[in-house]
Amino acid sequence: MRYFIYLLVGIFFGILMFKSEAASWFRIYEMFQFGSFHMYGIMGSALFIGVIGVQIIKRKNLKPLGGGEMSLKPKDKSIARYLIGGILFGLGWALAGACPGPMYVLAGSGYLSILIVIVGAIAGTFLYGLLKNKLPH
Amino acid sequence: MNLIYEPWPWYVAGPLIALVMFLLLFLGKKFGMSSNLRTACTIAGADKAADFFKFDWKAERWNLMLAVGAAIGGFIASNYLSDNKVEINPAVAEQLAEDYQINSAGEAYLPTEIFATENLSDPSNILILLLGGLLVGFGARYAGGCTSGHSISGMSNLQLPSLIATIGFFIGGLIMVHLLFPLIF
Repeated sequence: MRYFIYLLVGIFFGILMFKSEAASWFRIYEMFQFGSFHMYGIMGSALFIGVIGVQIIKRKNLKPLGGGEMSLKPKDKSIARYLIGGILFGLGWALAGACPGPMYVLAGSGYLSILIVIVGAIAGTFLYGLLKNKLPH
Repeated sequence: MNLIYEPWPWYVAGPLIALVMFLLLFLGKKFGMSSNLRTACTIAGADKAADFFKFDWKAERWNLMLAVGAAIGGFIASNYLSDNKVEINPAVAEQLAEDYQINSAGEAYLPTEIFATENLSDPSNILILLLGGLLVGFGARYAGGCTSGHSISGMSNLQLPSLIATIGFFIGGLIMVHLLFPLIF
């Protein structure tokens, strides 16, 4: 039962991804063709609110409802892993037209073919786990 | 009725994505959808193959629930709240049709030429889907996060690593669409 709230947030997120068309291959393609402001507007306005909200959380030292600390730890410093990993991710994002969140959404929407993308994504994650120590980070 | 079926504009969708991030922060969690892929590996037994997968996956159950919820949300939206047609910039749609014979923009949610179940008999489509997924999965873990973890959560927290990762996402996407698509499609 304590996970029910996450199911609800997930349902909201799923409807949001689908209805904003952020889960559509066409919108991702259009974004990388600079054909519309839509995706940039989504990310930009999310960030605008996000940056302000996080600053408020930090300045007022707000805590999660159940106590503890906000998950806002600084990320490890590096360039190689973020840039190389990011580029590989971007190649896949544009090809499959979906990042991880929308993959789950599209699976629920009944696109059998997205299951192949998810299998690929799990395999890619596994491959990273095997090669992690040999890669520059 | 049209109001229900119309796509949500960016100025509604963006702030609602920020809302999802804040809901999770106030629940003591962080917004990051690709972590579930690592959890899936561990559940499948990958912890026996690499230390990277040795972690208490049960602590990640909340995120799996979120993914299940996202799938349910996708089911609800596609069945009851959408005509499943995505209109894009007509010039881009025309270019897709002319250069790659992808004619389903404006008629489907995903290009039927790649995603329709009956077109899965084409091995090149399976390869495209598999390779796309592989790069997303590998890249997300290498970069330590995906669009939700870096481009939304990390950048909202003004993290330089997340900005570098997001620049990487766009470099990769632009290379794929502008340099590799002509070779692939």
